Amino acid sequence: MCDQTFLAVVFGPCDKCSKEKPLRAVYIKSEQLSYCSLCVEMMATEGLHENETLASLKTEAESLKGKLEEERAKLHDVELHQVAERVEALGQFVMKTRRTLKGHGNKVLCMDWCKDKRRIVSSSQDGKVIVWDSFTTNKEHAVTMPCTWVMACAYAPSGCAIACGGLDNKCSVYPLTFDKNENMAAKKKSVAMHTNYLSACSFTNSDMQILTASGDGTCALWDVESGQLLQSFHGHGADVLCLDLAPSETGNTFVSGGCDKKAMVWDMRSGQCIQSFETHDSDINSVRYYPSGDAFASGSDDATCRLYDLRADREVAIYSKESIIFGASSVDFSLSGRLLFAGYNDYTINVWDVLKGSRVSILFGHENRVSTLRVSPDGTAFCSGSWDHTLRIWA
Amino acid sequence: MAQAPADPGSAEAADPEESSPNMIVYRKMICEQPVALSCFSRDLSSLDKYADEIEDIITRMQDDKTGGVPIRTVKSFLSKIPSVVTGADIVQWLMKNLSIEDPGEAIHLGSLIAAQGYVFPISDHVLTLKDDGTFYRFQAPYFWPSNCWEPENTDYAIYLCKRTMQNKARLELADYEAENLARLQRAFARKWEFIFMQAEAQVKIDRKKDKTERKILDSQERAFWDVHRPVPGCVNTTEMDIRKCRRMKNPQKVKKSVYGVTEESQPQSPVHMPSQPVRKTTKEDFRKQITFLNLQIDRHCLKMSKVAESLIAYTEQYVEYDPFITPAEPSNPWISDDAALWDIEMSKEPSQQRVKRWGFSMDEVLKDPVGRDQFLRFLESEFSSENLRFWLAVQDLKKQPLQDVTTRVEEIWQEFLAPGAQSAINLDSHSYEKTSQNVKDPGRYTYEDAQEHIYKLMKSDSYARFLRSNAYQDLLLAKKKGKSLASKRLTGLMQSS
Repeated sequence: MCDQTFLAVVFGPCDKCSKEKPLRAVYIKSEQLSYCSLCVEMMATEGLHENETLASLKTEAESLKGKLEEERAKLHDVELHQVAERVEALGQFVMKTRRTLKGHGNKVLCMDWCKDKRRIVSSSQDGKVIVWDSFTTNKEHAVTMPCTWVMACAYAPSGCAIACGGLDNKCSVYPLTFDKNENMAAKKKSVAMHTNYLSACSFTNSDMQILTASGDGTCALWDVESGQLLQSFHGHGADVLCLDLAPSETGNTFVSGGCDKKAMVWDMRSGQCIQSFETHDSDINSVRYYPSGDAFASGSDDATCRLYDLRADREVAIYSKESIIFGASSVDFSLSGRLLFAGYNDYTINVWDVLKGSRVSILFGHENRVSTLRVSPDGTAFCSGSWDHTLRIWA
Repeated sequence: MAQAPADPGSAEAADPEESSPNMIVYRKMICEQPVALSCFSRDLSSLDKYADEIEDIITRMQDDKTGGVPIRTVKSFLSKIPSVVTGADIVQWLMKNLSIEDPGEAIHLGSLIAAQGYVFPISDHVLTLKDDGTFYRFQAPYFWPSNCWEPENTDYAIYLCKRTMQNKARLELADYEAENLARLQRAFARKWEFIFMQAEAQVKIDRKKDKTERKILDSQERAFWDVHRPVPGCVNTTEMDIRKCRRMKNPQKVKKSVYGVTEESQPQSPVHMPSQPVRKTTKEDFRKQITFLNLQIDRHCLKMSKVAESLIAYTEQYVEYDPFITPAEPSNPWISDDAALWDIEMSKEPSQQRVKRWGFSMDEVLKDPVGRDQFLRFLESEFSSENLRFWLAVQDLKKQPLQDVTTRVEEIWQEFLAPGAQSAINLDSHSYEKTSQNVKDPGRYTYEDAQEHIYKLMKSDSYARFLRSNAYQDLLLAKKKGKSLASKRLTGLMQSS
């Protein structure tokens, strides 16, 4: 009898699709697996992707980062403050508290101006949201949220509604009614739903859309009427703490800052991140566009404020001092963009010359951290809110 | 071990042997509590950024080798006050070493450092810094805030109880402390015996210590409690921003007792939310990053010099409109308490300054309702307003609630783009094709492409004509209606130039 060679075929569940089929031995990264013939064919055609290991992709990303830095460095021919030497120095500033708004029972966390240049909305740790005519210091509306730590509030462009949220993970819209008999809370509309605290919210140029930022690491755009999610923005690696809409009439972009030390610029239409900046050493608490929309400033726990230009795609100025060691919680520009007002956790407000990089003034007055700061729509004053339960209008 | 520190700065130092206890005491305390310190290794998280900075400052301040503050023992009436420094010395040191020009700023910073508990006045519960001969002492590293203390009320009760057992006038309870003690006695009525025993044990331990050492330790312990149980009305610097809480290095807040009391398990504080699981970077993440980076590398960027010029030019153009730099006319309402400025802005008559701004860019005209209105009226007078009206309609579309979008898209199509439309706008065939496709799936961005097109067209055509128009020029030169012949000629001249 001659020898007969048999091909032993194993029959059993495929390691990939689990179907009971005749199996073939396959070697993937020195590991032996048994695939059915269909899965072997599919794997063979997937081809190139399998060659990319985590490590090789990481290396590629690193080398691209290096190349990007090189390219950017080529354009770094001068510093902003050097060119600004020819600009006339600013005179002495006399900025004082012109109004003090008392009425919150706990830390003031956020505030926003109405387009009428005098009304503001403010929110606090104890859940209270108050609308003031800050010119007269009268309280016009008040509502108590069902949660504490209302970290975000915003005024609608029409002046007819406000939005707020915080530890409830939501952003709710309250129409402002002047009917004394009506309870504001009755008409409340829940718009945004996140899976963690709401850190910031802003109406777009309409009462009908709201942009939110959350501790869940995402930003989102919502339709107010229906509460529907219009677009979500993923990319931050940690809590998003702040956002600001670009000031253009045709603009469809916004910038956000987070605990991952990154500031990211987003396209509102596509949800894509257009530009990203990572030079801070710590959480970015506040971002605000330069009035032309070509740049933005950020304030961070690393005790510095920085200016980033979108056209140069890099950081162009740092505002810091050896004696400033507490984090900057909130920043905003004066109307011309020449001054940057920054509120800090050391209870002070520092005023910076944006072009020259020097500090112009330091304002004392608050008795606890400054948590929020916004310049009024016509630039005649700015408002600061603090953990000392008060808001101050400075001019 | 006992080194007489070279202390060139202190002119009135007691003889070297007497100044050395200061050093021994500090070193001893650091050695005595090694376990406590090693549990909490130096943290580089963002939350401790300022704490790290302060600790660096404090360490440098005490370093006599590199020009630290003079720490000395001061002879008082019947006794000696060990290991103190004056407020003025601290203020001076801060000004010199942190480049602070204004003493007010140095005092403010020093007060914050004191409020955090790193340095304290020896004769006051209120933690603030004064620029005078008031004596201050440095806090022991064991008690530093960076050790994540969250002392329980039982510890505080033990402390207050212990104080009442010590028959020293200087250790008498302040009013608010006596009130606190009374409250705690009520709250812990059932376990007061235990607390009393602990307090007695602490008193025994304290008695064994050297007299000078005890003075120092007592004051440091008191300062610790001044931070964690502050005088009513003072800022509690241990309060945290809730957004940053859960990322603290001790999220479970293992509560260690100041006096070694083992506590039954505490319910987890509602303030500490579970932190998010850290996602590992996947292959997909890297692929996205690579795509993004490639896009960035291809991006055309401007040189810094150009960018700087642009930023400077913008601020220079707008500086006259910035009330913080150029005082507002007639007055800044916040300063004068007169709302005249706002009343003027509300009126239909725009000021020259406001009209001038419309000439800076088309965005300025479109942003200002009065400017927009003027622009529209001018174009209507030339029967060429369809472009602007289309642009405004699309802006309006984007502001609509979702449910109204489809209807509006259709309306805009009918009015501006459909064959035979009433206000037909002029789009090139490519844009028109694209837009007609978009209309089949109506959304807020259906007309985005067309709008961009029309915007560019208006900028180069309609807007330029508007700026040259009589209507605009008249407003700019603040001419009233019913001009004289002379001014009409002037306008003619300007138009032709």
